[in-house]
Amino acid sequence: MKEPLVKRIWLFYYEGFKSMTLGKTLWAIILIKLFIMFFVLKLFFFKSELSVYPTKEEKSKHVIEKLTE
Amino acid sequence: MFLASLLGLSRLQFALTAMFHWIFVPLTIGLGIIIAIMETYYVRTGNEFWKRTTKFWMKIFAINFAIGVATGIILEFQFGTNWSNYSWFVGDIFGAPLAIEGIFAFFLESTFFAIMFFGWNKVSKNVHLLSTWLVAIGTILSALWILVANAWMQYPVGMEFNPDTARNEMVDFWAVALSPVALNKFIHTVSNCFVHGGVVVVGISSWYLLRKREEEFARKSIRIAAVFGLISLVVLIWSGDGSAYHVAKKQPMKLAAMEGLYISKPGTPIVAFGILNPNKTIARLESDSLGYALEKPYLFNISIPQGLSLLVDRKLNTFVPGIEDIIQGGYTYVDELGNEKVALPVRERMKRGKIAIDALALYHKAKEASDEEGKALALGELKENFSHFGYGFIEKPTDIVPNVPLTFYAFRIMVILGGFFIAFLGLAIYLERRALLSRNRWFLYLSIVSIPLVYICTQAGWIVAEVGRQPWTIQDLLTTGASVSGVSTSSVATTTIMFFVLFSVLLAAELTILFKVIKKGPSA
Repeated sequence: MKEPLVKRIWLFYYEGFKSMTLGKTLWAIILIKLFIMFFVLKLFFFKSELSVYPTKEEKSKHVIEKLTE
Repeated sequence: MFLASLLGLSRLQFALTAMFHWIFVPLTIGLGIIIAIMETYYVRTGNEFWKRTTKFWMKIFAINFAIGVATGIILEFQFGTNWSNYSWFVGDIFGAPLAIEGIFAFFLESTFFAIMFFGWNKVSKNVHLLSTWLVAIGTILSALWILVANAWMQYPVGMEFNPDTARNEMVDFWAVALSPVALNKFIHTVSNCFVHGGVVVVGISSWYLLRKREEEFARKSIRIAAVFGLISLVVLIWSGDGSAYHVAKKQPMKLAAMEGLYISKPGTPIVAFGILNPNKTIARLESDSLGYALEKPYLFNISIPQGLSLLVDRKLNTFVPGIEDIIQGGYTYVDELGNEKVALPVRERMKRGKIAIDALALYHKAKEASDEEGKALALGELKENFSHFGYGFIEKPTDIVPNVPLTFYAFRIMVILGGFFIAFLGLAIYLERRALLSRNRWFLYLSIVSIPLVYICTQAGWIVAEVGRQPWTIQDLLTTGASVSGVSTSSVATTTIMFFVLFSVLLAAELTILFKVIKKGPSA
């Protein structure tokens, strides 16, 4: 009997990841890179300048002031 | 010093990130199609050789993809932090194509990427082949939306400026997505990626021939990559011609900088090769008493008479304006609707730009005072002068001139290397067909040298496109100076150094893994 689709998809990915060799190194690089990007750079160094203004009106007011000053 | 300023550092950081991102993208796009072609051979012939060959190049594809993936997201971080005025001003126009890109990249590539790598012997050959093609097409479609966004900045269409929010709002999606600049940019960039992939495959394969290893694999890889690369080069040259045409119509200053052309005449020549005079200044404006004739633009040049006129207007006697002509204005040109117009002097456009900016300020003052008449008056002024809005931020006319030497030399590097690749790929096909590759070791060494050359060529193309359009982030509407955020210079300097370190580590990782895999070869 054929296994349910969800299980087949799960096994497809599970076995695929398990049998990786070079892929494991590449995944490690991707995960480290994403961690640095989102949890270090984005969180501590790349706050949006306009995020201090809670509403769209305040954001546009700030930009208009900067453009027309 | 410009690079130590907030604007200079923000631009340096953006350029560094974009160039790093662009190290990976062309190979991903180019190699994707080459792999799909190889797998098609496998499915059609059933020959296991093609499966082994496909799998090897898939490994190279995976390494390049893994290191390069998400590096472009850093550019989006920078939009919010370093370029907040710009991010707000572009509104949803930039966001919509980028969102579509994200959805395509995520769903199409990630779904079929898994089948491509995990699916060997688990799905049918045809399903696997379809997945490989879909991954390749997915990478191209991702590029499409990024290029649509970029093209809009070079040729803003399909939007309306909302004075209440100071944002541009998309009113015609198709005008944005199918603008002639976007279509041409897409074809030019993607065909460039195909050539890039072809040259890299020829280069790596040649290394095996030099080592007298994997000869059949190397020869057949060269055959596919060289033919694919050469066909793509024809498209690349054709679309390059289209680019010049659009640049002449929409960004004449960029074209003038690409040519080092200061004062022009009807039947404008094109510089095939030249060395710029470093002492050349915009003399007519800066030193009337000396006269511009004293300083020649080139120390040495070989020009093709009437070449530029022919290239940009398909006519021999068209006047293609130079840098000083554009600043002075007064020449006639035909706009995109076919109407003959007289070019305004930059000083006039600066005046009108300031009127537009003042009108925006007055509009908001009137709005606060509930002065409906004042609002309507200001809005009328703003609409009438909005096409000059960005000129209101320009301090002196010469500020609209981009870095001429960088644009001029980058353009020539791109074109000369493009010409070299025609000969190189043609020769690769000839030598492979005649089974002469292994006997011509000089060519194999040249193939390896061609790998860094194709990266230089690709980067040079983007330098022309992006440096050449300075000082604009959005052509005629917003300058880089007005786009930049009010963050501290030291914080931009810190993150620039961090990026440089991160990028260097990633690049070192890519090259280390890549060399290891290549050394092991397709039989590993």
